[in-house]
Amino acid sequence: MIRRLWKRFIQYLDPVLMAALGLLVLTSLLVLYSASDGSWARVLSQALNILVAFGAMWLVANMPLHYLLRSAVPMYVLGMILLVAVALFGDISHGARRWLNIGVATVQPSELMKIAVPLMMAWYFEKHEATLMLKNYFIATLLLLLPVGLIARQPDLGTAVLIGASGFYVLFLAGLSWRVMLATFVAGVASAPVLWSMLHDYQRHRIQMLFDPTQDALGKGYHTIQGMIAVGSGGLLGKGYLNGTQTHLDFLPERTTDFIFAVYSEEFGLIGNLILLGLYLFVIGRGFVITANASTYFTRLMAGSITLTFFTYAFVNMGMVSGILPVVGVPLPLISYGGTSMLTLALGFGMLMSIHTHKQLVKT
Amino acid sequence: MNYASSIQATGLVALPPWRSRLLFALLLLGLCGLLVRAVYLQGIHNDFLQQQGDARYGRVVDISAHRGMIADRYGDPLAISTPVESVWASPQDVDATPQQVKQLAQLLDMSPGELKGRLSESSRDFVYLKRQMPPEQAEKVVSLEIPGVSLRREYRRYYPDGDVAAHLLGFTNIDDNGQEGLELALQGQLGGKAGSQRVIKDRRGHIVEDVASIRAPKPGSDVQLSIDNRLQYLAYREIKQAVEQHHAKSGSIVVLDAKTGEVLALCNWPSYNPNNRSKPSLGVLRNRALTDQFEPGSTMKPFTVAAVLEAGKVTPDTVINTENGVLTIDGRTIHDSHKEARLTVAQVIQKSSNVGASKMALSLQPEAFWRNLHDDGFGESTGSGFPGEAPGKLRDYRNWRPIEQATMSYGNGISVNLLQLARAYTVFANDGELLPVSLLKEDVQPVGKQVYSAKTAREVRDMLELVVQPGGTAPQAQINGYRVAGKTGTAHKLENGRYVNHYIASFIGMAPASNPRLIVAVKVDDPSGAYYGGEVAGPVFSKVMGSALHVLNVPNDAPLGNVMMPSGDIVREDT
Repeated sequence: MIRRLWKRFIQYLDPVLMAALGLLVLTSLLVLYSASDGSWARVLSQALNILVAFGAMWLVANMPLHYLLRSAVPMYVLGMILLVAVALFGDISHGARRWLNIGVATVQPSELMKIAVPLMMAWYFEKHEATLMLKNYFIATLLLLLPVGLIARQPDLGTAVLIGASGFYVLFLAGLSWRVMLATFVAGVASAPVLWSMLHDYQRHRIQMLFDPTQDALGKGYHTIQGMIAVGSGGLLGKGYLNGTQTHLDFLPERTTDFIFAVYSEEFGLIGNLILLGLYLFVIGRGFVITANASTYFTRLMAGSITLTFFTYAFVNMGMVSGILPVVGVPLPLISYGGTSMLTLALGFGMLMSIHTHKQLVKT
Repeated sequence: MNYASSIQATGLVALPPWRSRLLFALLLLGLCGLLVRAVYLQGIHNDFLQQQGDARYGRVVDISAHRGMIADRYGDPLAISTPVESVWASPQDVDATPQQVKQLAQLLDMSPGELKGRLSESSRDFVYLKRQMPPEQAEKVVSLEIPGVSLRREYRRYYPDGDVAAHLLGFTNIDDNGQEGLELALQGQLGGKAGSQRVIKDRRGHIVEDVASIRAPKPGSDVQLSIDNRLQYLAYREIKQAVEQHHAKSGSIVVLDAKTGEVLALCNWPSYNPNNRSKPSLGVLRNRALTDQFEPGSTMKPFTVAAVLEAGKVTPDTVINTENGVLTIDGRTIHDSHKEARLTVAQVIQKSSNVGASKMALSLQPEAFWRNLHDDGFGESTGSGFPGEAPGKLRDYRNWRPIEQATMSYGNGISVNLLQLARAYTVFANDGELLPVSLLKEDVQPVGKQVYSAKTAREVRDMLELVVQPGGTAPQAQINGYRVAGKTGTAHKLENGRYVNHYIASFIGMAPASNPRLIVAVKVDDPSGAYYGGEVAGPVFSKVMGSALHVLNVPNDAPLGNVMMPSGDIVREDT
């Protein structure tokens, strides 16, 4: 009886993916304990985040795929309405307007869009699959740029980059013409000065600091320098768990959230980094397997986009902490403290699992 | 429905292989980038970064060293350092409720607005909020538990005697370095060497862990002065009283041990309280007994007489024609205020005759006279080592004109400081031997320099005893039960190169005259009303010397009730 229930329970989960994700969230709890100077409250709170996120993942994984397809348009429209509302009435904190107070709680609509935008685009391509023309790519790009523009204006560069990337992956996987991509790339490079002038001062500074963080070691370059020092002082084997000086002496900023990789890296060294990269690679690899086996155009686009976005998450965060990318507010996926990003990621993985486990049912 | 149709479309739009390959290539490139970066940071560049990391938390901090104590000759403390706490903040890290700010401001004795101002200096990592608080007060600051506010141990100098020895001791600055007086002169001995310690500090500057002591703080050494605190008090009380009584500008007093040349007391009025951080004007800060040079006037006459006696030109009983108190040399006239036709050499001292002294000085070659004065220590520093000591001026004899040689015999045209003058009198107290002076306690008898024969010295000392007898210029300087030898001085002050009718009244004397134990030099600058040395400085001498001899239990050398005041007028002098 219990075994049957259990079987029913895990029916739509992907055990391979589950194992890797489990290891990652366990690592999260372990590193968080060190990064928060031994705060059990932080660890428990993150454990709760993980529980909620995995619960949501289970729900999504159990959802038949057509629900997903059907939810694309309403989710996207709702997200857009909220984004516009944020731009108009949002709460300002830390100089950015990202949150919307809806009475009972504050929500961050840009998080919803991380799922809604690729979903919407995949839905669009699915709808016009048979008659794909350049016009369709153009409309899809518009569907992408509208929310990305709004989010970049909040300003929230990190989220804008991630959503932009997820949307681009859909375009790419949908077979956007090589020539168009090249032309866009050239146009992008050419318009870089214009874009540069549109960036906020702090965003420009962050990019400048990337090239020479020592320019303003106590100010704008502080995050990058402390991060690099933490990573570098880890050496081959690391300083050992709970022994990172950058972390425990309070030098490292944002060490439970965006810069948690520096904590991990300082304490576990190059070997630890290889293991973590290996884990991420495994998750991505599994994602590609699922993508390759996806049975429909829509699911393949979705699976590919989710997988590649996950990769982007990890790459941007690690790159930023180790000083090869500018500091944009992107958490380390599944490791950084925070409920929202955990939930968004889990929803994505839930979809991946659903794509993987429901296709047989549909086929037969 | 839509979904179902898409199933049939499966395979129609397949991803071209080059696309997935490109995707994989890009992905691998990204991963390789991360890997290469990790290897670079953690495997190649890690030495530098590890060192940077260490530099961020490993700090070498100074540990304040205790400054040595200054004590008097019996070990009574004159200047001591007590531990205090300074409150500092790292403004960026301060996180205080308005209530806490209010409480802190109250403890620090400043307005909340001022405190907020200090705490908003966000560009600085270290801001002193209050230096040198008593430890118990600082404890209360700690108990507020405001993040970013910390204490730092320091030492504060405390002078138990306050204004009594202020000029002599000087003071230190807030970092406990000597700024004036002996605190400055003896900085090398008193000042400790701050130690250093390697510690681990967190970003807020709090010491998390002591790693190793690199160098223990080396406390400064204690210094024992020659000063006798009891005599210092006495001298200070009397000079202060005299300056106030005579509405004078200032007064100085020096008490020397006649046997060793040690300075037993040295003080000035006006004075100040060195425990008070706000310092008064330079005029009050000056240690006038050492840093001010003045024309000594008649207190120089004993040296003139000694020189002439030593040269064998006269004996104490040789009669000098004092020309009824008027002598003209080079068209300039020298006066005596107490006019006599003739005086013996001894009487020249007793009555302080300028004419007599001039005539004796002129009987000597300029070089011989200069040599004598030079050997008495005039014209050069006493070697006390006190910062800013004025050496006085004794001009080169090759430029002397006869009138100058004459006036120098009674202390015009030569300048001295009070300690220098008191020291010169050691030649009369010690049978012709000039002793070095010292502000530090001497453990061995110092070696002096024989300037005059013992006979000459004794003869002058006998003459100096006449000064305080009826018929002398300072009967007020007598002391009950002791014989006194001394000399008055009443010098016109020089202002802009002219002598004016303002005076420096002085008296330098020794007692017991039969075997001098102490030399006391008193100088009162610009008294109003009475201005004669005997009248103004004589009583101060008498009180200080008399009490000092009692304090030191010096046996009497005269019967009690020996003090005899003259029946008529007291002899006055003009310089």
